[in-house]
Amino acid sequence: MKLMKFATVSALAMMVAGGAMAKSDITLALQLEPPHLDPTSAAAGAIDSVLYSNVFEGLTRFASDGSIIPGLAQSWEVSEDGLTYTFKLAEGVTFHDGTTMDAEDVKFSLDRARAEDSANAQKVLFASIADVEAVDATTVKITLSAPNGSLLFNLAWGDAVIVAPESIENITQMPVGTGAFKFTNWVQGDNIVLERNPDYWGTPAKLDKVTFKFIADPTAGFAAVMAEDVDVFSGYPAPENVPQFEADPRFQVIVGNTEGETILAMNNKLAPFDDVRVREAVSHAIDRQAIIDGAMFGLGTPIGTHFAPHNPDYVDLTADSAYDPEKAKALLAEAGFADGFTTTLKLPPPSYARRGGEIIAAQLRDVGIQTEISNLEWAQWLEEVFKGKDFGLTIVSHTEPMDIGIYARPDYYFQYDDADFQAMNAELEAEADPAKRTAILDKMQRKIAGDYVNGYLFQLAVPTIAKAGVVGLWENAPTQANDMTGVYWAE
Amino acid sequence: MNRSLILGALLSAVFVIAALVSFVWTPHDVLGLDIPNKLKEPGGAHLFGTDHFGRDIFSMVMVGARTSIAVAVVAVGIGMLLGVPLGLAAAARTGTLLDEVIMRGNDLVFAFPSLLIAIMITAVFGASAVNAIIAIGIFNIPVFARLVRGASLSLWTRDYVLAARVSGKGAARISFEHILPNLTNLLIVQGTIQFSLGILAEAGLSYVGLGAQPPTPSWGRMLAESQTMFSFKPHLAIFPGLAILLTVLGLNLMGDGLRDWLDPRLRRTKR
Repeated sequence: MKLMKFATVSALAMMVAGGAMAKSDITLALQLEPPHLDPTSAAAGAIDSVLYSNVFEGLTRFASDGSIIPGLAQSWEVSEDGLTYTFKLAEGVTFHDGTTMDAEDVKFSLDRARAEDSANAQKVLFASIADVEAVDATTVKITLSAPNGSLLFNLAWGDAVIVAPESIENITQMPVGTGAFKFTNWVQGDNIVLERNPDYWGTPAKLDKVTFKFIADPTAGFAAVMAEDVDVFSGYPAPENVPQFEADPRFQVIVGNTEGETILAMNNKLAPFDDVRVREAVSHAIDRQAIIDGAMFGLGTPIGTHFAPHNPDYVDLTADSAYDPEKAKALLAEAGFADGFTTTLKLPPPSYARRGGEIIAAQLRDVGIQTEISNLEWAQWLEEVFKGKDFGLTIVSHTEPMDIGIYARPDYYFQYDDADFQAMNAELEAEADPAKRTAILDKMQRKIAGDYVNGYLFQLAVPTIAKAGVVGLWENAPTQANDMTGVYWAE
Repeated sequence: MNRSLILGALLSAVFVIAALVSFVWTPHDVLGLDIPNKLKEPGGAHLFGTDHFGRDIFSMVMVGARTSIAVAVVAVGIGMLLGVPLGLAAAARTGTLLDEVIMRGNDLVFAFPSLLIAIMITAVFGASAVNAIIAIGIFNIPVFARLVRGASLSLWTRDYVLAARVSGKGAARISFEHILPNLTNLLIVQGTIQFSLGILAEAGLSYVGLGAQPPTPSWGRMLAESQTMFSFKPHLAIFPGLAILLTVLGLNLMGDGLRDWLDPRLRRTKR
């Protein structure tokens, strides 16, 4: 009897242990693999989608709802004139290699990011910083050259995370951060493994191990999810399969907001798109709902300007560029293209672009604009379109948060160069008062919509497919990240 | 006439006719998208159903036949136009440096997997139907050159060739007047087989995105685009897949049948 009891108890204990063992790790699939692992020196969002908040942390950080919450900085004070920010850092923070994280590391990271020769992809985030001073081990003082209402927001970006001078040399292959997970291994072309950081300064992660698996092909992704080879597919690339997953009790489908304004970008310096009437004609020739239904199988919210609809400052301007092929034809005739014209339409790999491109090509053909479609890989797209500006039209989703400021960069790939807009952007950056910021943002949104800089299509909605027991995934994507620190398996 | 020839010819004819008819008439416009009617099951107004953009699959298969056949015809044409003279020249000057250069050059092209050449060409010059034609055409050249050289070598030993040489005809005249006419049957048979391989190659290239570019319908791309939807809308893949299968089957049967029919030796043994 006693023996039986013992056997039962130990069997139970084994079951519990076995159960807990099986549920302390997770495999998360992503479509894109990072080119390297330094978030502070590349524009690739794929780096942040693995490392943001898991391995690297900044002074502030994004919460799932897009709000800014304290990160390594536990609190901060802003001087009266808005020029000095004093950050109080968390105590006892160490990097994964055992070295301590203190104010000197913050100074090093920010100085490195804003340096003249910095490879940082978002240097403009740090443009207003005049000086970073390490007051004592846990106090950092940032002095600005002009008041900047978005400093705390800027510091939350993956491009502003805190790195250590001791480990910076090998950061692209061996990232060393302060996060709740530490980098363990990268099998290039297949997966990246993170393990729990036992010495984490904050709330420790619930999972022991996270494997990020890279599956580029949507069909292979479908098979991997169906066969339960992966527990989560973040940013599932084939929206047409979503109803199947929704109908399957093994899975949960999370469709949250993203910061991805999907646009039909027009080369504003290339004829005939240098004529605002032509751009307006293109905008009226596009039927957004058909694109959302056809390319995204209904996922996505129409937008009329370059701004996220879930943001409280969003202005719905879709009516200004409503689908109206007759008006488009009239505008083309007025601009001297009664017989239409031919242009290029260069499409990167995601299905919103490839499928959306075919639909847009058909819609443009209806008003007389012929397009030569070419399908490009990302590297080619970055080279030809983004850097080379050799395109007429292209489709891309801008997934950075609050990125209306890109319209103030005259050398940005769509080449919108407007002094009025640039002045508005400067005004916005200097403004800290929320009500006034809202007013300026309103003006900015109306300005680019009125100039028909690009065709504004829809706010990208990216479905995440997860097994039923997974809890704590971010619902929305305020930045490209898969914050695994709060994720666990339900019983 | 034998059964495989008739069956093969009929199958091939169906697709050739579909391709020709598609120039003047298709049940629906293949370029016009009709999003509200997407993914309709076969039947009703759409015999083969509609794809993810609401395009009529029957019309797309018809126009796709045009793309496939056009690519294959031109590619086989390139292979014949360049390969046959090369083979004739090599046979006429057998054992010389010219022969060696031509045939080793052919070996070089032959040694590359055909799809690899195609991918290389489209990677360098960009993906388009024209580049797909060139790529498929290039790997057809050695096929014809080898075939022609081998067959011509035995013809060169014939008495009538000797007679022609004695009467003072040059190697080029003999090749075109006496050798080539005797190779016609062989070329027709091989041409048919290469034609079916060309259709398969075009489908393969389009499948990986290196063939005809959208919006031109192509069987291979229809298959590629239907991949993620195959699990719930199988008709998207079945019809272009069947089209490829039946065309290739038809052409192969026709090639076999033609060989049996045209080759007098085989005809004798069969009867």
